[in-house]
Amino acid sequence: MAVTVATRWTAHSRRFEASAATREPAWVKGILIVVALAFFSLFLLLPLVTVFAEALRRGWEVYLAALVEPDALSAITLTLLVAVIAVPLNLVFGVAAAWAITKFDFPGKQLLTTLIDLPFSVSPVIAGLIFVLVFGAQGWFGPWLIENNIKIIFAVPGLVLATVFVTFPFVARELIPLMQAQGREEEEAAVVLGAPGWKTFWYVTLPNIKWGLIYGVILCNARAMGEFGAVSVVSGHIRGLTNTMPLHVEILYNEYQFAAAFAVASLLALLALVTLVIKSFVEWRGRQAMNAGQEL
Amino acid sequence: MSPRAISRRVLPGFPLALGYTLVYLSLIVLIPLGAVFLKTATLTWAEFWAIISEPRVVASYRISFGISLIAAAINAVFGLIFAWVLVRYTFPGKRIVDALVDLPFALPTAVAGIALTALYAGNGWLGQWLEPMGVKVAFTPLGILVALTFIGLPFVVRTVQPILEDLDTELEEAAASLGADRWQSFWWVVFPVLVPALLTGFALAFARAVGEYGSVIFIAGNLPMVSEITPLLIITKLEQYDYVGATAIAVVMLVFSFVLLFLINGLQIWANRRHGGI
Repeated sequence: MAVTVATRWTAHSRRFEASAATREPAWVKGILIVVALAFFSLFLLLPLVTVFAEALRRGWEVYLAALVEPDALSAITLTLLVAVIAVPLNLVFGVAAAWAITKFDFPGKQLLTTLIDLPFSVSPVIAGLIFVLVFGAQGWFGPWLIENNIKIIFAVPGLVLATVFVTFPFVARELIPLMQAQGREEEEAAVVLGAPGWKTFWYVTLPNIKWGLIYGVILCNARAMGEFGAVSVVSGHIRGLTNTMPLHVEILYNEYQFAAAFAVASLLALLALVTLVIKSFVEWRGRQAMNAGQEL
Repeated sequence: MSPRAISRRVLPGFPLALGYTLVYLSLIVLIPLGAVFLKTATLTWAEFWAIISEPRVVASYRISFGISLIAAAINAVFGLIFAWVLVRYTFPGKRIVDALVDLPFALPTAVAGIALTALYAGNGWLGQWLEPMGVKVAFTPLGILVALTFIGLPFVVRTVQPILEDLDTELEEAAASLGADRWQSFWWVVFPVLVPALLTGFALAFARAVGEYGSVIFIAGNLPMVSEITPLLIITKLEQYDYVGATAIAVVMLVFSFVLLFLINGLQIWANRRHGGI
């Protein structure tokens, strides 16, 4: 997450394998690769395979039945709804924050950048707790909300708020280093030549940050759809109403409906895999764009 | 006039962008986080201390912080090997391995939790071999360690990897020409360059592990005093409508997170300076 598109590329191995001075003996290389792959299989591959194996253990019929059941469908709809609200909010924020931080100088810039990262170092459970303290029945606005019959905690707005909090930094922290590296000259030239502000952003900045933006958005989306701890605190676990997919997985699992729990979990695992595929593609395109830029 | 001063005047949108950023940051992050501290301020110091030093709570710190530290250390060692192998060697399937390193970032924690539990339970693929040998993983503190190691893996790999990629071959060639063997040139030339990134990755993995909830609760067994993590204790207090108790413990965790965030920032500034970056 801390790594931006611009700083990563592969095919370095050839450079190091070319010279004896930067090459290990074959047996050292062999052991290191085996250790890395063993760790990889144990901690990454096996859990992933387990999700799909457990989901299909009782056959396709049970699998599909678990996904089309009304509570599962409403959990899927709710998860999509929460992501559709939370991701654009953080997208707009990320662009605004990156524009302010990278295109201008002002005191307290470093502090602002640190504060934007803050939600990443807060436990998801606390992310849920803070909104209970503000909007819950005993919270700051609790009595007023009850009087006006507005439900935030144990309702959809609470889920959205908790999700917005945990996914808050994703877009901003991808864009800030990228836009920092690109500097301000292109935008300044456009404005000096008479382009209005939003046109400058749309035609000059946006094409440059396109891949970083997509990268931030897909990571933000994956976390928004998969968040568990924070939404678990504010959800109230009302079936068919405030259960997102991860919460639905938990309920099914605790009711010993393992095949159904893993069936819903497999959808989330697929989402994770799609996210990783898009991410690899975006990184590849980002490198290509950068290489093309260097050749000019 | 300096170029900086010109750019401030030329580019539009500064008041709007900064204003929006500050308002949104305050509404979503700062004011709600402030609620935790204000709620705790209703307690006297003695009451606050009584809550956060209760034996069950102290046991949960020991479990959360202790196991997170071990998990981060495991990740530092294997993450370094992983990053090394990905940067320096070619082997079949490398691209897939590289892409899947980020799985713990992308896979919802609840899914990771139930998958690891199924894997290590008595009848699971790994559990059925480990339990006859007397190693119980699921529903013990060892299970927490497995979950936290899973969660933290990408942090070390992804902070060390770019530094390794940018390393010039000349350094090691010079070391070799001066008579250093491969281990010496790694230990005295390459490793010192990696230390800031390695520490940053370690601290990020540690910070993430301390707050982790979803992947742990399924595999932990959640026995008070034995395998109950601090975030779970906050949830337990909330479910008993003990808002003050939950908030007091949250303050302890938040203060710890802020200190760690501060340290990580310092480490990154150090790493950038060492690395000759911005």
